[in-house]
Amino acid sequence: MTSDHASMTDDHAADIDRHVRVYITVFVALMVLTIVTVAVSYLHLPVAMAVTVALLVATVKGTLVACYFMHLISEKKLIYAVLVLTAVFFAALLALPAVTHSNGFWIHE
Amino acid sequence: MDIPYTVELRRDTGLTNGKIGIWLFLASEVMLFGALFASYILIRAGAPSWPRGDTILNVPLATFNTIVLITSSVTMVMAWASLMRRRFGTYRIYMGATILLGFVFLVVKYFEYGHKFHDGLYPSTNNFFAIYFTLTGLHMLHVFGGMVVNAWFWGPGAKLWKTNPVWFTNRVENSGLFWHFVDLVWIFLFPTLYLL
Repeated sequence: MTSDHASMTDDHAADIDRHVRVYITVFVALMVLTIVTVAVSYLHLPVAMAVTVALLVATVKGTLVACYFMHLISEKKLIYAVLVLTAVFFAALLALPAVTHSNGFWIHE
Repeated sequence: MDIPYTVELRRDTGLTNGKIGIWLFLASEVMLFGALFASYILIRAGAPSWPRGDTILNVPLATFNTIVLITSSVTMVMAWASLMRRRFGTYRIYMGATILLGFVFLVVKYFEYGHKFHDGLYPSTNNFFAIYFTLTGLHMLHVFGGMVVNAWFWGPGAKLWKTNPVWFTNRVENSGLFWHFVDLVWIFLFPTLYLL
């Protein structure tokens, strides 16, 4: 096999062992963060604060999954390009209700 | 004709075609769920009052399901790592565990849904249940779809390991990318619907 072959041959057994240790660490972190999210919800914080904390924790968890389980921490440029484009459109999509709701831009109440 | 670039990396992209394919698909999935999340925000922000999820939904059950799905993500990535280490037997165990955990998730969800229906709570009941059933229902379909593909790679699809192990490993990696995405969606669905 040449060096052009996909991941299987470039990664040596020792590398995989290192990966596996990272997966276990990420798993523990995800479990702890799940408990944190649920525990915080029992505090009955004001809505704005609760939303901020919940989304912040979820974002950290999501980032861990994407970076380590989905290997985005070391991915090719083209995939990053696709995801940057996706992120832009996703942000626009989520901004739509905000823009239309705050009786400003497009909907006059 | 053979499918091109399943094992060799394409020179211009530096990727196998399967890898770029699954990521483009996941990008479209982000927009699908994004549209529903945006709808949720719009409906909730425009509502005169909105119930806290934990007053209606079962938080302990959903927490259990969150743990199940996160664990299944770990077993999925371990299944792939086993193939990278050329341990097919270990792969089968981890992949089997992944499918089983997906099944547990669906069973728990079945009881959750059943309980709601028993109480006369349907998507038509109010906006909260409309968006709850739509988002979790679509997510459940994804879990089911991922299980079907994983079951194929656990069973008949695994024959490829004997003839082309690198290709098979790449396929399992791509299937894993989808599975982790489904886990990622739930990581956001859980606090949004159940805790806020």
